[in-house]
Amino acid sequence: MSLTGHIHSFESFGTVDGPGIRFVVFMQGCPMRCLYCHNPDTWAVGAGTEYTAEEVASRVLKYKNYFAGGGGITVSGGEPMLQAEFVRELFTLLKARGIHTALDTSGIMFSAENSRAFDGLLEVTDLVLLDIKHIDDGEHKKLTGHSNKNILAFAGYLARINKPVWIRHVLVPGITDDDGCLSRLKAFISPLSNIRKVEVLPYHTMGEVKYNKLGMPYALEGVRPPEPDRVKNAREILSIK
Amino acid sequence: MKYTAWEDFVPGKWSDDEVNVRDFIQRNYTPYEGDDGFLEGPTEATKKLWSEIMELSARERAAGGVLKADTKIVSQVNSHKAGYIDRELEKIVGLQTDEPFKRALQPFGGIRMAEEALNMYGYEIDPQVKEIFTKYRKTHNDGVYDAYTPEMRRARSAHILTGLPDTYGRGRIVGDYRRVALYGVDYLIARKQEDKLHMDGVMTPDKIRDREELSEQIKALSALKEMALAYGIDISRPAENAKEAIQWLYFGYLGAIKDQNGAAMSIGRNSTFLDIYIERDLRRGVLTEREAQELIDQFVMKLRIVKFMRIREYNELFSGDPTWVTESIGGMGVDGRTLVTKNSFRILHTLKNLGPAPEPNLTVLWSKNLPAGFKKFCAKTSIETSAIQYESDDLMRPEMGDDYCIACCVSCMRVGKDMQFFGARANLAKCLLYAINGGKDEIAKDKKTGKAMQVSPMYAPVLGDGPLDYAEVKTKYEQMMDWLAGLYVNTLNLIHYMHDKYSYEALEMALHDTEVRRFFATGIAGLSCAVDSLSAIKYAKVYPVRNEEGLAVDFKIEGDYPKYGNNDDRVDEIAVWLVKTFMTKIKSQYTYRQSVPTMSILTITSNVVYGKKTGNTPDGRRAGTPLAPGANPMHGRDSSGALASLESVAKLPYEYSRDGISNTFSVTPASLGKDD
Repeated sequence: MSLTGHIHSFESFGTVDGPGIRFVVFMQGCPMRCLYCHNPDTWAVGAGTEYTAEEVASRVLKYKNYFAGGGGITVSGGEPMLQAEFVRELFTLLKARGIHTALDTSGIMFSAENSRAFDGLLEVTDLVLLDIKHIDDGEHKKLTGHSNKNILAFAGYLARINKPVWIRHVLVPGITDDDGCLSRLKAFISPLSNIRKVEVLPYHTMGEVKYNKLGMPYALEGVRPPEPDRVKNAREILSIK
Repeated sequence: MKYTAWEDFVPGKWSDDEVNVRDFIQRNYTPYEGDDGFLEGPTEATKKLWSEIMELSARERAAGGVLKADTKIVSQVNSHKAGYIDRELEKIVGLQTDEPFKRALQPFGGIRMAEEALNMYGYEIDPQVKEIFTKYRKTHNDGVYDAYTPEMRRARSAHILTGLPDTYGRGRIVGDYRRVALYGVDYLIARKQEDKLHMDGVMTPDKIRDREELSEQIKALSALKEMALAYGIDISRPAENAKEAIQWLYFGYLGAIKDQNGAAMSIGRNSTFLDIYIERDLRRGVLTEREAQELIDQFVMKLRIVKFMRIREYNELFSGDPTWVTESIGGMGVDGRTLVTKNSFRILHTLKNLGPAPEPNLTVLWSKNLPAGFKKFCAKTSIETSAIQYESDDLMRPEMGDDYCIACCVSCMRVGKDMQFFGARANLAKCLLYAINGGKDEIAKDKKTGKAMQVSPMYAPVLGDGPLDYAEVKTKYEQMMDWLAGLYVNTLNLIHYMHDKYSYEALEMALHDTEVRRFFATGIAGLSCAVDSLSAIKYAKVYPVRNEEGLAVDFKIEGDYPKYGNNDDRVDEIAVWLVKTFMTKIKSQYTYRQSVPTMSILTITSNVVYGKKTGNTPDGRRAGTPLAPGANPMHGRDSSGALASLESVAKLPYEYSRDGISNTFSVTPASLGKDD
């Protein structure tokens, strides 16, 4: 019997988390408490449904035909690196079947002290989707409850091992769309040669209803999605082309 | 060559004493593998004419849905004098009545329905017409009710059989309107007369009916010539050019919709046929691309304003006022050449030139082998207009060949060779409740006793407080389906006998081969609800909640169960079993006129109304809430994303549901990715 993972849910037709059509596995459990998180139901560690890596792999393989256009599996969350061993086992099984693997992570589990701890997982990961929530450490703490030190260190480590990365940045009006900070973020990622793409994800309010359902206060109540010109502006600043 | 109209066409079986439009197409069409670069915008005349139609539409809406209605002239092929929108501008002429947006009076399906529809919109039927159709001329509806058994009436009023075509025109029959253009009406009459000569021998009731029907067909063709003559056009001869071909073809269709107010009045598969005429005119230098597009735009405009006088409930049932003028486009030939022509592009381009519209229901017969340029154009037009329907040519072609069309939304038939007896649907979710309650309806009451209506014969119900035993429920469900299939097919046998007798589609059938294949098109509703209910009984614990009569009117579920729509074989196998089982039971019945039984799983919007009449179900669905449309999973239960949901539906065996399987699937552009 292999290791089991705690899983929140599956999406068989993911089109926004990595290239092509993707089977997305949402892992259960996350240490971050991002104010704009639209999946607060994935926070609690140890909840969710337990599956073995084989069970998940066989689910994914049902959709192999759809991956022809560059698609594959994306493990998201929650924070997938909380259950790194499980994800490693899952990716190993799928890579053996020729499936492209992507890890959608905040990078929060990484630290300078444990820098080699995730090598096994990264070896079977084709692409990392790395969320950088805020380049300013103070703002990052306000937004997520954590320092961004380890996240930026993880970005640096991925560059050193030359792992392909998409940087993702959620644009929240008044919180993460400041031109100065965007420029600082751009300055941080510019020297990294492994960045294949930078994605600006406009904040949306679809998570709010979940907070209401869970009886939790929603910190960003009243914040609207960014205007198209602000999204365009951010994309221009962060553009790596 | 028999006719000068056929000059420059490659001859063959079609020109050699055989009505064979497919052969004509195969020998003469020009496959097109290019892109949309050649397309032209609308002409001034088109724009002006369309704005006049939009103005009429606005007035119609303001008037509460009906602008004008005929209360006196009974609509027939040649009943009205010519009508125009704007005679100066119209390249293609012909209206259902003598005025645009004036709805016709079509009482042959049922005089009560026709009268009721008029009353709802503030009109009074002419007393003489009413007298004729109550005293002297029986309608389809009267015929059906004269023959219905008490059991049929109960099943109908309890809504285990729903939407039966017993008060309105059955529709779904598609004439081969291309024949009018290719052969001219005189030739078609001559061929039918010849067929009638050969229809000889022992005068069995069937043969007598066949001979009478053939006479009706010939009369309808003559009436069609008269109808065209009212517009100063002689369609006794074949069409000589593209404009005439479109006009002749449209007249054929116009005759059909004047004759019949059918639930779905589809038009067939015409674009590639018409392309042959357009290509010939372009080669001859007598037509420009701009003029060709103008003809197609104006043809489509006419199809957009097809209207019938219907009661409000009908429109409610279908969430709108659909006419199902389905035109089937593209597809591949059995010889491997694509049937896409430039005219496949032109007809889709009307969505841009005139703006998007639900009618005509432009349906692309999709194959993975379609030319890339066409696929791209379809995708682009879909993104811009959301107005194209797609169906799998690869799935239908092996069975139907390459000259079939879609009637209504999914029902395929070979043009001019197949017809069908439309059968509405049986509610399998309700049937499961009957299995549990021994055939007593969970909602409908017996008028005399005030207790639950016993709809089927008294079968043994499932007793006790549960949990329900899967094997027992399944066995009782099979028995109840045996009863339902028998009753359902018998009811349809009776309905279609009467429709043939009192509201025969003479013109549409005149545009078919005399020896026609008939489909007996049954349907089911409530598939996913029934399947999830069975899954709940099998994998969770379901306890019946009984009322004072002992009827299970609600269910308590303990535990979770796999739900259809998640690509989970444990439950998807139940869906496959149910489709196969019910179809097998349908197949074993006697069907009217040696028709071939088929089944569809395709409620599009009527699932809401059917749900209203269905009580609490063992899957946890509440009484009165909608069933899922067609083969869709129950709303919100497909929690593993779109592909899982589609994969579940894709497991349903098409060979047991040849009349079509529909899955309503909406996506927002953003959920398909971030770029265009």
